[in-house]
Formats: sequence, structure tokens, C-alpha cells
Amino acid sequence: MSYPTGYRYTKEHEWIDATGTTGSIGITDYAQSSLGDIVFVELPKVGDTLEAGEAFGSVESVKAVSELFSPVAGTVTEINEALNDAPETLNSDANTTWILKLTISDTTQLDSLLSAAEYETFISEETGH
Amino acid sequence: MAETVAPLRKTALNAVHRAAKAKMVDFGGWDMPVEYSGLIAEHTAVRTAVGLFDVSHMGDIQLRGPGSLAAVNELCMNDASKLAIGQAHYSAMLYPNGTFVDDVIVHKLSDNDYLIVINAGTREKDIQWVRKTIGHMPSVHINDFSDHYTQLAIQGPRAMETLQKLTSTDLSTIKNYWFTWGKVCGLYNVMIARTGYTGEDGFEIYIPSDEPTSGRVWDEVLAAGAEFGIIPCGLGSRNTLRLESAMALYGHEISDTINVLEAGLGRYAKLDKPSFTGRDALLEVQNAGGPQRKLVGLEMIERGIGRDGYPVFTLEGEKIGEITSGSPAPFLKKNIAMAYVPVVCTALDTELAVEIRGQKVKAKVVALPFYKRPKKSASL
Repeated sequence: MSYPTGYRYTKEHEWIDATGTTGSIGITDYAQSSLGDIVFVELPKVGDTLEAGEAFGSVESVKAVSELFSPVAGTVTEINEALNDAPETLNSDANTTWILKLTISDTTQLDSLLSAAEYETFISEETGH
Repeated sequence: MAETVAPLRKTALNAVHRAAKAKMVDFGGWDMPVEYSGLIAEHTAVRTAVGLFDVSHMGDIQLRGPGSLAAVNELCMNDASKLAIGQAHYSAMLYPNGTFVDDVIVHKLSDNDYLIVINAGTREKDIQWVRKTIGHMPSVHINDFSDHYTQLAIQGPRAMETLQKLTSTDLSTIKNYWFTWGKVCGLYNVMIARTGYTGEDGFEIYIPSDEPTSGRVWDEVLAAGAEFGIIPCGLGSRNTLRLESAMALYGHEISDTINVLEAGLGRYAKLDKPSFTGRDALLEVQNAGGPQRKLVGLEMIERGIGRDGYPVFTLEGEKIGEITSGSPAPFLKKNIAMAYVPVVCTALDTELAVEIRGQKVKAKVVALPFYKRPKKSASL
């Protein structure tokens, strides 16, 4: 599994790829692998405002459902509607399949998120391997 | 105070599952594979080819002696006197109030010898219940053989061809829900049963539970089935397969708060037997005009997946029940569920709503089972 070094990560297994006040959010390779075959993604609406840590949707595999939490506060500017028809893309390419894009309201919130190395350490502590 | 966590129990194939990098989970206190290559791939393999499951966590209780038939018939709701040697049937152990201790498969080994296969999660409770209920009966010995066997399930339309390569026993002569003993992978006296929990044709074999033997047979079954597309399968696909086939799962469709008639399993309860534990309570329900609620199949009409425990409402907004098992159905490609609802809501095509994370999503009542395997043509 791989975790791009430019992204920031949450302990709930989302990543955010931010440039200035624009960010794309997806789920990590670890998250898609834990969930297994993904069959449904519940997306937010464009214009929704999110708080950091707020649930904005969910990802469902055959066996489980996992809520999605926004890593930072912001306003949804775009949703990846292709996931309605091809949710399995998250399994095959979690690192580049974004779920939503948002305008970040406070970029300093990014600093409290995990780096790729910190996230990897967190995963290995959590799973014991 | 520190919490004491009992170590997970392991089947003889635990090292094999781990070496194959199966995804492992705590399943009722057992460290079991939930997924090997992927739930959808495994589910599809069993519906269209063949899959191999380790189900050694299941328990096995033997009742032996001249009193064994009387004991089985007191303990279980089906009528074991109707079984021939080499035949098995679906049954259940009930509490006096007609609810479930567990559902079981009873095998008649000989006139004085029955093997009852029980669920893994309820093993200890079941064995205590058996001892309490029939321990006082004369001439019956209760043996817990649960740890003596590795139990493998070979399931799917190519299961027979797969297993036939490993035994000289003519498998085509074993009828559904019958069993025999044969030599399998060089092991003598292996019990070969044409049973399973997937809705497909298939076999369950019982081999000695030592690790080298279990691992060798596991590998030989996979090698034998390679040409038919066999893959090892986990408990995840076992669950979706049994849900599509509308087979009950303890703790979900059946439990100590649900009775046999509600669960739609009345045909296995032989109320004309003079006595069995739970009979009087079932008769009472029947004489009162039947149960108030029943198990139904639901198919989601709108987008969304109803999961275990989600509440079910009428379209007018009255809460009427909850989902016992719900999931996407990988073969049918629909989102399905089973739920208990009042009898007035059980007519086919009745529209109901499932609450999914705060949203009411429409579903309709459909016939069970959701999936039934196609009948073989007469030439087979």
C-alpha cells in the first residue's frame, strides 16, 4: 500500500490533497483495502458547508459501511459523480480518486493532520503489523 | 480495572489462512478468514464454479446409545425417527417458550448414534443446554466432538467434480442432505455430507483436526478444483451467499427472542411428535391464530443499502420492525434484507421504508428465498 507524501491524512482514513485554499478529499489505500469491494458511495451536495471532522457521506462495501469525515472545514465545490456508476474505482485507485473538492476555510487546520509517514505509523500501531 | 480478553480460538487451518494473507476477523471468539481474494469474487465463484470454506469452528455433538433417538427427539423439533441411516435434516433446539437455543443439522450415523452439528458462536451454550435437557435421560451418552474435526465445505456447481478427483466414493449417489463415509485424500472413514450453507450444491467433509492433515487436504482440494476455478472463501461470502438463499443465521433471523413460527421454519417443527422441548409454546401460538410478526424478504427500491439492525417503517412513518440481515446481493446485484414485520405488512410488493442514517429509503416485500439455484436438467 502507498500513501502519497504530498497529502495530509486523518485517523479516520481520509486524505486531503491541498493547494492553497483548494482541496480534494479521498479515502486511503488502507481504507479501501479494509472495506473490501466498494459498491456504493453516498456523496454530499455542492454548496454544503462542512466543519472539520463532520460526516459528509459514506462508503459502502458489500460487508460494511464507513462514514466519511471532512479533514478540514470548507465548502463543497465539486463532487465526483462518476462514483455513482463506478464506486469500485475507489478500490482500484484510492490515491487519485477524489470524492469531493472543497474550498478550505482555514488552511491552518491542515497542520494538525498527519503526514504520510505519521499516517503509516498510525496504521501499523492500530493494526499491529 | 484492566479488561481481560480471552485469546481467540484458532482452527487447524489458521496458519494456512494467515500464510495466504486472508483478511482475518474475530468471529464469535474465533480468528477466522472473512475474505481471501474479495467478497464478490468469492461469492461469484460459489454461484458459478466452486469455492472452499474452512468451517471447523462449527461444533459437533454426538448422542450415542439406545436412548439416543428419544434424546434427539426431545431436544430437537424435527422428527429424527424419520431419518434413515446416512440421512441428515435441518432442525433446531428450542427453549420451552418456542424460541431458539440454536438451529442444527442432525445426522443419523446408526440406529443408536446421532451427530448434531451446531453453530460456532453458540457452542458452549448449546452443549450446556444439551446436558441440562437430556443429561438425565437413560442410555444416552453425550460426547462433544467439536475439536476432533476439521470441517471443510466445498460448494458450487463444480463442487462434485472437484471432490470426485480426491475420492473413489461415487459422489453422484449421495443425495442432497445425505452422507456417507469414504476415503478422501488417502484418509479412511471421512464423513462426506451433501450439505452446505450457500444455496448451492456442495459437500461438507469431516477430517482429523491435526494441522498437517488439515493443511494437506485444504491444498489438495484447491489443486483438484483449480481446473474448475476454485478459490478459497471466507465468512464474508458465506454470509452473502446464505442471505441470498434466505438461510437463517443465529443472532439475526433466529434467537432466544424469536420463535419458530415467526421465523417461517414451522415446517421443520413436527408438532405431531408426542413431545419435544418448545412444542407446547408453538402449539399455543398456532392455536392463537399464528404469530403476530413474520420474517419477510425486502428489496430496496430506492438507492441505499439496508443493514443489520436498521429500523423498518411503514410509508406512513410507523416503526414496525428492524432488519435482521441486510447487504448488497453480489449475484443478484440488488440490495436485499430480511426483517421481522407485523403480519399485515407481509404481502408481496408491500412498500415499506428502511431508515438509513436518518433517511427513509423505500423497499418492497419480495418472496424468499431471493435466490434459488437453477434445477439441473434431467440428463444430469
